Amino acid sequence: MADARSIANNGVNVAALLAAREELTKAPAAAQFKWRAACEWKDGTHSHSTVEGFYGLGEEQHHKRTFTFDADHPEIFASEDKGATPVEYVLVGLASCLTAGIAAIAQNRNIQLRSVTATLEGDMDLQGILGIDDDVRNGFGGIKVTYKIDADAKREDIEALVAQSQKRSAVYDIVTNPTNVTVVVD
Amino acid sequence: MRTTAIRNVTTVVIGAGHAGLATSRCLCDRSIDHVVLERGEIAHTWRTERWDSLRLLTPNWQSRLPGFTYNGDDPDGYRTVAEVIEFIASYARAISAPVLTHTTVTSVRSTETGYLVRTDQGDWLCRAVVVASGACNVADVPRFANKVPRSIMQLTAQNYRNPEQLAPDSGVLVVGASSSGTQIAHEIHRSGRPVILSVGEHIRAPRVYRGKDLEWWMDAAGVLDDRYDEVDDLARARRVASLQLAGTPDRSTLDLNALTETGVKLVGRIGGISENGKAQFSGSLRNVCVLSDLKMGRLLDRIDEWAQRNGFDAKANPPHRLPPTRVEPAPPLGVDLASGEIKAIIWATGYRPDYSWLELPVLDRKGRLRHDGGVVSSPGMYLMGAQFMRRRKSALIDGAGDDARDLSAHLTSYLDGIGTTMVNIAQ
Repeated sequence: MADARSIANNGVNVAALLAAREELTKAPAAAQFKWRAACEWKDGTHSHSTVEGFYGLGEEQHHKRTFTFDADHPEIFASEDKGATPVEYVLVGLASCLTAGIAAIAQNRNIQLRSVTATLEGDMDLQGILGIDDDVRNGFGGIKVTYKIDADAKREDIEALVAQSQKRSAVYDIVTNPTNVTVVVD
Repeated sequence: MRTTAIRNVTTVVIGAGHAGLATSRCLCDRSIDHVVLERGEIAHTWRTERWDSLRLLTPNWQSRLPGFTYNGDDPDGYRTVAEVIEFIASYARAISAPVLTHTTVTSVRSTETGYLVRTDQGDWLCRAVVVASGACNVADVPRFANKVPRSIMQLTAQNYRNPEQLAPDSGVLVVGASSSGTQIAHEIHRSGRPVILSVGEHIRAPRVYRGKDLEWWMDAAGVLDDRYDEVDDLARARRVASLQLAGTPDRSTLDLNALTETGVKLVGRIGGISENGKAQFSGSLRNVCVLSDLKMGRLLDRIDEWAQRNGFDAKANPPHRLPPTRVEPAPPLGVDLASGEIKAIIWATGYRPDYSWLELPVLDRKGRLRHDGGVVSSPGMYLMGAQFMRRRKSALIDGAGDDARDLSAHLTSYLDGIGTTMVNIAQ
């Protein structure tokens, strides 16, 4: 365990986060955010998505640069494999959300992290998306996340970090709970 | 007979449950004239809003009120509803509390000198008001309950009485796995009606730890005396549900593993009901159980540390931990409410207080009373019996005494004109 005098440094500015939480408690309107993405079909199952602007703290915001993502299907799907599959993006989303949470919580609890790696696997029965069997869902049957964490802490404290990260993770919530999705044609 | 003349009294106490009565005893001790207004009979909600087999989850020796301790022959037992009613009613007699029964408060408003309390039996002018109307007036049911098919019977922990209310061959969905939900699920399942239990966040705890009742440890180690102004996240602590403890006559632990053993099926927190009548359960059940086991571990660690520092290691059994909560690899994520498999839903999803009669700007944007340790943000107004109001034990019967003593001291100073701002109360 990091000794009380040393402050763990996982690179997370917890002070800023706690200050933000204080401010937003008093001004809940500023806490209303909108996250956005745009997607353009390229060819076949290949599409190109960009993320640049979002809304929060009462006004439009911008990332430092435009982030781009190519998505496609693999060759065994008779596609060109020009990017990861959409469902793999979901696994990346979940992993990054949980991992960021672990770092922030570890910082807040003064636990020094040395390395954190996650491996994810989502199982999928294609009979769902191929419409072969109505009893099979389109999405994952289940997702398994395995963390390997080297940190200055007892195993129980590391498990608590991982548990707390799930409790406060946006993507974990999106994936484990129902979310309304509305698709319209302009 | 309705009286039309307004009556004057220094203090009005609203509610003759254990909290209102403890307050009355303390006001008496301070010679402050007051009246206790009770909409029903003394211990009203114990007579009308409890299920038949309910027992307190705190042992008898711990259910004590100012000047009135337990002196029966079963100190480690857990009171039944009838015994609680008798306990509270005999307390009211013992302290000669000035209770007016069948008097419902219809509104409380400010006046120049204090408050106007209107009731269906006439009005009162007073200088101070103690709100002891309880934190559990209304069962808090999720909004999407209105999407449950009409053929399904819906009850709450407030109007559930016993399994016979439900058809003999019912499959039942119980929502909520804190103290009420686990007890109700267990009882219904044992009656031969298969139960699915929807589990959100909860706090697991062993009934008996190292040979002593958990509540004994929580009392001795000072956990129940944790103060509201010393806890880390008070807003969260005030929203925490009751410990997943039951007053089991054999002192067994009624946790999720015990329920699984009897055949109750665990599913995640109910997230919603789809348009075609499917109840949706969260995929977070495993983590929710891990979180609960970790919380229990921290509580027991605290108890062990206290035991070690205070020489109890020799007198008590050695520390031990319960096995982890067992969760199946892939719990169901939904159940079709239109299929007939489920004939009843019991919502054990908590309560909220009803302050609709309080016509003062003392509520925050979520409808909660604004107060500092029970001193409400309106001069001369006090709150009793709320979760973690002044101490972790505030919502327990045993918490009423210390809270009532503190607040009646503040009320006395207030009446004596020593400012209308917070008075430092001796801790």
